[in-house]
Amino acid sequence: MSCKEVVELVTDYFEGVLPAEDTRRFEQHIEDCVWCARYLEQMRLTINTVGRIDEVSISPAAKDSLLHAFRDWSAERQSS
Amino acid sequence: MPTARAMVLPDAEVVAALKRGDDAAFAELVDAYSPGLMRMAQMFVRDRAVAEEVVQETWLAVLRGIDRFEGRSSLKTWIFRILINTAKTRARREGRSIPFSAVAHDDEPSVDPDRFLGPDGRFPGGWMLGPSEWQTPEDELLQGETRDAILEAIDRLPDTQRAVITMRDVEGFPPEEVTAALGISDGNQRVLLHRARSKVRAAIEAHLGAIEPNKFALEPS
Repeated sequence: MSCKEVVELVTDYFEGVLPAEDTRRFEQHIEDCVWCARYLEQMRLTINTVGRIDEVSISPAAKDSLLHAFRDWSAERQSS
Repeated sequence: MPTARAMVLPDAEVVAALKRGDDAAFAELVDAYSPGLMRMAQMFVRDRAVAEEVVQETWLAVLRGIDRFEGRSSLKTWIFRILINTAKTRARREGRSIPFSAVAHDDEPSVDPDRFLGPDGRFPGGWMLGPSEWQTPEDELLQGETRDAILEAIDRLPDTQRAVITMRDVEGFPPEEVTAALGISDGNQRVLLHRARSKVRAAIEAHLGAIEPNKFALEPS
């Protein structure tokens, strides 16, 4: 398994869908190759970072109008 | 990151609070999920203002439909499904094609092929220009220009790849939710996810300038 092949298999490896023999060769390669070990670690870091990025929410005005809608909805519900 | 009660309380309690008219509970739910809903909505309607309308419509649909929520899926999944349906309808009305029937192209390499050695040397397919260590601590990747580079890279992704990485890695949905929501096969979502992740990694690397020649590989044999 070459470095060029390893970089194509990272997600399959993380997802646990590589066949047993490929998993063994993949892990052996990572153990032997400092570059690919680094690459694998960087993919892990990328996934973690993407998962922690803070996002844009709705505007305060939109949230306010939703809270109004909630109170109306709730009042209507309790009265029916 | 919001640590709202909505994210730690069991769904049944959140739903009960909404039915009781607990507006603090609703506000927390809106705070907890609206950022993710905005991002998802923008996969279908790129315009921010339109996406915001879609998110608002979604919350109203959640309230109208709350009695139909049976807890067969998680509340989060149920809300996101309503969002996806609402956004698809809106995109169709605006004449925007919905890209999710597209098949993943499997011919895009994860790393520029020029960075690997050719087939004839001592290490065929080995690194010629390898990744160097990222000197930036993990927490700092989320700040300033690196953060911008990551967001830009996600924005530049083809629609399908952006959809999958958003659902899987940003929102943390399991693969089966992604395949169901987007109507793609499991293999396809994995290919799209891999392409997307590889490009975001490459964008971070490019931003950090973290590439170094593999001197060992370049020595004449």
